[in-house]
Formats: sequence, structure tokens, C-alpha cells
Amino acid sequence: MTWEAVIGLETHVELSTESKMFCGCPARFDAEPNTNICPVCLGLPGALPVPNREAINRIMQIGLALSCSVTRRPVFHRKNYFYADLPKNYQISQFDLPVCVDGYLEVGGDDPARIGIERVHQEEDTGKSTHRGGDGRISAAEYSLLDFNRSGVPLVEIVTRPDIRSAAQARAYAQELRLLVEALGVSDARLEEGSIRFDANVSVRPGPEAPLGTKVEIKNMNSFRSLERAVSYEIERQTAGLSSGQRIVMETRHWDEEAGVTRGGRIKEGSSDYRYFPDPDLVPMELDHEWESRMAALLPELPSVRRARYEEMGADAAQAAVLAGADAGLSRLFEDATEAGADPAQSANWATGEVVASLRKAGIQSVRDSSLTGASLAELLGMIRQGSLSGSAAREVLAGVIAGEGSPAEVAADRDLLQISDTGLLESVVDELIAANPDEFARLAKGERKLVGFFVGQVMRHTRGKADPKLAGSLIAERAGL
Amino acid sequence: MPFTTIAGAARALRDGRVTSVALAEQVLERTSMVEAQLHAYLTLDTDGLMEAAARADEDLAARKDHGPLHGIPIAVKDNMTTRHMETTAGSRILSGYVPPYDATAVRRLRDAGALIAGKTNLDEFAMGSSTENSAFGPTRNPWNTDRVPGGSSGGSAAAVAAGMALGGLGSDTGGSIRQPASLCGVVGAKPTYGAVSRYGLIAFASSLDQIGPITHRVEDAALLLDAISGHDPLDSTSYPGAIEAAGARLDWGLDGIRVGVVRRLGGAEAVEPDVEAAFDCTLAAMEAAGATTLEVDLPSTEQGLSAYYLIAPAECSANLARFDGVRYGLRVDGATTEQMMSRSRADGFGAEVTRRVLLGTFALSAGYHEAFYGQAQKVRTLIREDFARAYRQCDVLVSPTSATTAFPLGDRTDDPLSMYVSDVFTIPSNLAGHPAISVPIGLDRHDLPIGFQVMAPALAEAVMFQVAAAVESLAGFDTTVPFDPAYGLRGGVR
Repeated sequence: MTWEAVIGLETHVELSTESKMFCGCPARFDAEPNTNICPVCLGLPGALPVPNREAINRIMQIGLALSCSVTRRPVFHRKNYFYADLPKNYQISQFDLPVCVDGYLEVGGDDPARIGIERVHQEEDTGKSTHRGGDGRISAAEYSLLDFNRSGVPLVEIVTRPDIRSAAQARAYAQELRLLVEALGVSDARLEEGSIRFDANVSVRPGPEAPLGTKVEIKNMNSFRSLERAVSYEIERQTAGLSSGQRIVMETRHWDEEAGVTRGGRIKEGSSDYRYFPDPDLVPMELDHEWESRMAALLPELPSVRRARYEEMGADAAQAAVLAGADAGLSRLFEDATEAGADPAQSANWATGEVVASLRKAGIQSVRDSSLTGASLAELLGMIRQGSLSGSAAREVLAGVIAGEGSPAEVAADRDLLQISDTGLLESVVDELIAANPDEFARLAKGERKLVGFFVGQVMRHTRGKADPKLAGSLIAERAGL
Repeated sequence: MPFTTIAGAARALRDGRVTSVALAEQVLERTSMVEAQLHAYLTLDTDGLMEAAARADEDLAARKDHGPLHGIPIAVKDNMTTRHMETTAGSRILSGYVPPYDATAVRRLRDAGALIAGKTNLDEFAMGSSTENSAFGPTRNPWNTDRVPGGSSGGSAAAVAAGMALGGLGSDTGGSIRQPASLCGVVGAKPTYGAVSRYGLIAFASSLDQIGPITHRVEDAALLLDAISGHDPLDSTSYPGAIEAAGARLDWGLDGIRVGVVRRLGGAEAVEPDVEAAFDCTLAAMEAAGATTLEVDLPSTEQGLSAYYLIAPAECSANLARFDGVRYGLRVDGATTEQMMSRSRADGFGAEVTRRVLLGTFALSAGYHEAFYGQAQKVRTLIREDFARAYRQCDVLVSPTSATTAFPLGDRTDDPLSMYVSDVFTIPSNLAGHPAISVPIGLDRHDLPIGFQVMAPALAEAVMFQVAAAVESLAGFDTTVPFDPAYGLRGGVR
């Protein structure tokens, strides 16, 4: 039997707004514990929420970038459950009328697909519990500490339809979504810091026509790689279980990165009863066409569109993906270089090849953190084209520019890397070498062509590599009457 | 002669006939005489009151006049947060809790120069109609201490009636200002939903709660309301536009006013004969003064009580979830966090609060949500439509505020339903979000006050107060409670 995996992803994106979702506290939670707090995000008696307009702007941008439709009158609901780091013991979230619905995201890679987006909704984050004593788990802890700096930070949840069919596709979706969110500039979108988090719902069924199997939610994946591994593990676990006649239990499982397995935790009793009801403290928002079109006008070029454009300019698919990828500085570099007159194909080649390698060698995260600009890359490529830099010299110049030693011309001069492409200067060197090697020259003149290489080598040695080898070769051949 | 009205005291302050310190001393002296019988205050801030009074006198002497409430002692219901002053909502779970901030209504009172005399008793989390549900013991009615003052703002109503403050703030979710005002023979107004900020009001049922004034005179209630109303950016449900001043038309009279008479409001059946007689007598006087009356029926309000007892508990079940022993208030330790939370809540909440939290949790749970909460919301829409139809023919609607006058303590505590029925006349205005006011019009055969309710469309406070002021002057009711310096207040409790 061929089993088919059915996967849906839920992504939480923490917005990088100035203030929290329902109060004026700074939305940064890296400060000293319990310093960015107020009566509202602490859930003190009598405090009331007021929605953050900028957060609404940003969720609309995310939804529009995912080709969703905007709900005209979205409603905030209370999601009721007791937890110590949830100050009101309900979370302000959304239920049947989220801000955005019905979109999709195109995913490339080995298994390209259009992944449906069911909903994009706005909610508030919880505080953070730290359990002390025991093994750090709540069950064995002696006491727990609560930090409410994160309480009320605006959170956007993006829920896909169960359209994903493989672990690799899940990863591709997650990467593409992160790129999109980053391009929008609405979130730091850093996995390591938890500002973007992925949960996966995985089920397996005996073929595409079969009804959906029992789904298992998996959590705690904090890299794209662990997302892929966790989904892949879970598919195998369920397939093996079903093949041997076992029943899959509806539950939430946690990914154990070190062991490479998912582990079961609490069993979900059907679906939890969160007793959703519209939050009477908040009036329905009116997201009219005018507001929507203002947000649509703010959308930057999306990663998929940008990749297509780069390919049209002359980059290959892999280069386009890198250029429109995680390091936004690379895309800027490429665009600026071509703007300054550099050949797009050559720019793409260098930007994704030598530049990336040089940065890595220098231990620099992003082009933006280096002194390299599009104009200087264009200058460097121009020097290669004119023959004043050899390939290897150009790599050295690039390293110098990245290190902040100056413009390509300055670095090449300072490091004495300019090629001798002055015919007069090279002629005298060539003549000198012919005189010094009369036997070899005689053999060359008789037609032993491989000796051109010998003389070019001599020229290069004599000029300590700075001669233009092509020019030297043709001068020697000319002297020998070839 | 003691000052009982805000407007009167304000004039005397500016004429130099009295000082704010003297007003503060007056209410403190009165409190020392009757508080043992009444238990109207949970916190009496004697020092704060005297300091603020001295400052108010200095300011006035320096010609820094903060307006009509300048130097006037006001009592605040203990479900509004007060900075540096204990705020308990009448619950053991908040015993000893001192908030770090003032409710917007309280801050606006302070900005208007008013003096906060203290925090008044209430049914726990404002859930009740007799103030017997307070975790700190009941308040008694100053007209007869064997009787309840009504509720849940019974502390503020009793304090104002007995002269322990010149005005008070109450909150009204289903009648909690108007019913105790009626039972204590004072004026009590619930404004349009959104007219007064709820920021800092400890929520009972967020879509119904409103803060409003309790005073001796309609004019005073308008002064107090105008000081605290207006848009507040901290409350999303607060009305953003301008509202005509409540006191703008106080002397316009009744000429040409169309009065809709709703005798069976909320499906009310047994109205006490003395209440009915006083009500009819007032109607006749209104007609004589130029009003036209018309009998009106609001049939959907018959389901009002049922809808209210689904919506209010549903909202309160979530609103009260935050009281869990984690961050503030009572904590009863347990082996696990969950156990600590459930023990704190079990010990911290009284019987009526527990009943409503359970009722609301049930009404919202999967499978029952639509049948209960969903249905109640539909009733609410129908009630709004009934009101809208009535207001096409009338400027205001009138009814008794309460079917009965003050009932004896303990009379309805064993039967929650009989207590719930106390609010049958007042609940419809909360469900509709409309303003309503209770004005005292007379005494029954037991010398207990009778209230007359005037209701108006949303944001029509000015018209409502205009009619209320006319009713007040037609009734000519003396709000002074019988008080014998030798024996104290009437009733068995000494």
C-alpha cells in the first residue's frame, strides 16, 4: 500500500511593532523580567484592552501578500483556558471572523505546489514561565517564575489548509513564508529567538482518495531542518504504526532534536473546549476598502516575483533564489551593481559566488555589514572586463573591499594587483626574455607552439603575475612570426 | 443646617458660607453616628479626605476653582480602582488588594476637585440586589435598618441617603444603581453604555456595566455625570463623539414631552399597590404639567431577565477568570499550580459569584453555546428593536424602578430567583444600552421610599434628566432620612 502524508502548518509570527497588541508597553521582551508591563498586560482588575492599529496594518499586509481576502468586520474573541502565564486566563484571539481568510503561497523546490492558506488571525502572546528545581519541567519543579514582558506582544497566526504532502514541502513552505514575512518587514522573523514558530499537523492515509487519518500535532521545532526531520519522523512513525495495524492517537507530540524523535505528551480529548465568545471589551473593527488598498500599496516586491525578475535579467534559478533569499543585502547589491552598469549575469555570478564566499571567509553575516556596495562591485567587474584585473587578483581585491580597504581601484593599487596590459611595457619584457632564451625561441619560431606557454610563464614570473597573459601570448607569437 | 446637595454646597463654598473642610467634617460626623448601624463603607479614608479638603480650600482661596465638584465629598463603590486605596469588589479574593492606578471615573472626579471619602460596600463583584452578598457583611437601609438598601450599589446609595457623602458613584449592570437608589430614596442614574469609561471598573458583565451617579437631587446627578462622562482612549467601548451635557435642559419642563408608560416592563406582574398608586399619581401630575402619556408594550422584554441571566454570567465567567491567586489577591497554596488556582477561587468567591461563574461557563460550553448564549444575544436584539419602535412614538419611557420597596434582610437570600426578579424593571435598559434614572417620588405605608424610572434612547441623557427633574419637582419628595440623635436611624439594628 502507498501511504500518503497530509500535513498542515500553523505559524506564529511575532510582530515587531513598537508597542504591544492591547496596551502601550514596549513590545520587546528581552528586557529585565517584568519591566515592560502595565495593568492591561498584567490582567489587573479593571484594566481594558485597546487594539494596536499598526498591528492591524501589519496583519493585513501579511494576509494580502498571501493573496487572502480581508474580512470587513473582523471580531476578537476570548479563548478561555487557565494557565499561570496567561494573566486574564483567557487569550484575546480570533474565532470565526479572522482578519484575513482564503489565500495561498506558491512553493518551489523539488516538489512545487500551491499551498492554501485557510486563515490569518491576530492574537496576543502569553507571558513566559520558567520552572526552577527538578529537571526544569513543570511537574517536578519546586517553584516557577513568571515574566510578563512578552504578555500581550502581537502575534499573527497563519494556518494552512492540509495541502502539504511531504516533509521537504513543509520545509519549503516554512522557508518561503519566512522570506515573505521578512520581505514585508513586519517581524524580526528569527527562528532561533522564537519570533517565528512552526507547529505541524500530520496525518497519514492509504492513498489520496481515502478519508483523512487521525492527526497529530507536533511542536518544538526551532529550525527549518528540525521541522523537516520532525515531520519526516512523524510520517514514518504513523506509517509504520498503521501498517502494523495500530491506531493513531490524537495528541500533541514534542520534537526531541537530540534523539531525533517525537514524544507524546498530553492526550487531547477531542478538541479542547475554549468557550470562545466575542470579547465585549472590543468593538468590531471596520476594515474598509480604503484601508485595505492603503495596505496593498505598501506591499514590497514579493520574493517569488523578485526571483522571476532576476531570472529574466539573466540569473539562473539557483542564483535567483540566493539573490532573493535570506540576506536582503545580497539583493540590494545585485540591483545596485546592475543599476551601475554591470552585466546582470556576471553580477549574479559574482554576488552569489565570490561575494558569498568572501563574506563567509571574513565571518560577516550580511553584505549590509560590509563595505561592499553595488557600485563597487560594478567597478570591480568593469576592471575584470577591461583586463586590468585577473580573476585571482579580482578575488583578492574583493576581499580588500569587503574588509574596508577602499574602492576596488584603490585596493588594487595599494596591493599592487593591477595587470600590465600596456603593450609597450610588455614588449620590452618579451624582447628581454627572447634574448635570454635564444634556443627556446628558435624552436618556437620553427613551429613548436607549446613553447608559447613557456614564454608566457616567464613573462608572468618576471612581472610577478601582473602581466595580462593573453596579451603576453599574442606578443610572443607575433615575434616568432606565428 | 447640614448640606445634602452638591449644587447647594458648591454655592455655599463660593459664597464663603462653608469650607470644604467643614463639609468633610460634616460627612465624617454623620458617618460616626450612623455607620455602625449601616455598614455602608468598606474603607473610610478619613485622613485622605481631610487632606484633600484642606487642599480644596487652599485652591479656592487662591482662585483655582476646579468646577462644580470642587471640595465635595464623594463615596465610590468599591469595584472601581483607587490608587493607594484598597479595592475589594466586596470579595474575599481581593481582600487587601491595593491597585496601582485610578479608574478613569475616579481620576476624573479627582481632576474635577472632588474629594474621595471612601469606598462603599456592594454585593460581591456587583452580583446581587440587596448588598447581602458582600464578603464583608451586609449594608442596611437608612430608612429602616431592618431592610436591605438594594444592590449591588447598596453602600453608595445608603451612604448618600444617610448624608455620609454628598454624592456617590455606583455601577449598574442590571439595575445596580437604580434599584438601590429607589430603595434608599435617592436619585440614581445609569448612563448610555459607553458614556462613562469602564477603565478601572472591575468588570462583572462588560457589555452591560456602566458607572453612574447617586445623589439627593437630579441636578446633582447631572453634575456628577457630566464630570465623569466623555470619551476615554483607554476604553474601546467608550463613545467617541460629543454628548449633550446631562444637565443642559434641567429647567425645560414637561410641555410637549411624549411619555410612554410601560407597566409590564420585563414581564413584571406583582407591583405593590403603594408603588402603583404613587406611580399613577406621578403620571397624572406629569400630564397636568403638559406631558402627554401613552401606554406602551415592550413584549420582548419579557425574555429580558432570562437573556440577562445568560449573558451576564457568560461574560463574568471569563471576566473573573483572572482571579486565580497567581499575581494578586487571595492565594491558597496547593500541590500544583492548578490546585492552588482552584483552591484560591473556591475559598475566595462567595456562593452567588460561584453560582454565576458556573452558570456562565456552562452557557458558553460546546454544544450549549448556541442554545443559551447565542439565543440570549438574539433576544437582546429583539429588545433593542422593541425600544426603537417605542421611541418612534415617545421621547421617554417610564415605569416603576422596582416592583417593591425595600424588603427585609434575609427575605430573598434563600431563593436566588426571587432576588433576580428584583431587577425586572431595570434590566431592559442595560440590555439595550440605553440610559435610565430612578427618582424618589414618595413613601409607602411602611415609610419606605418609592422610585420612579425614566428611560431614554441612547445618548438622550439631557432629555432624560429634563423629565427626571420635572418629576422630582412634581413629587416634592423630601430625601432626608428620619434620624433621631438619641436613637439613631429607624429600625431594629442599633
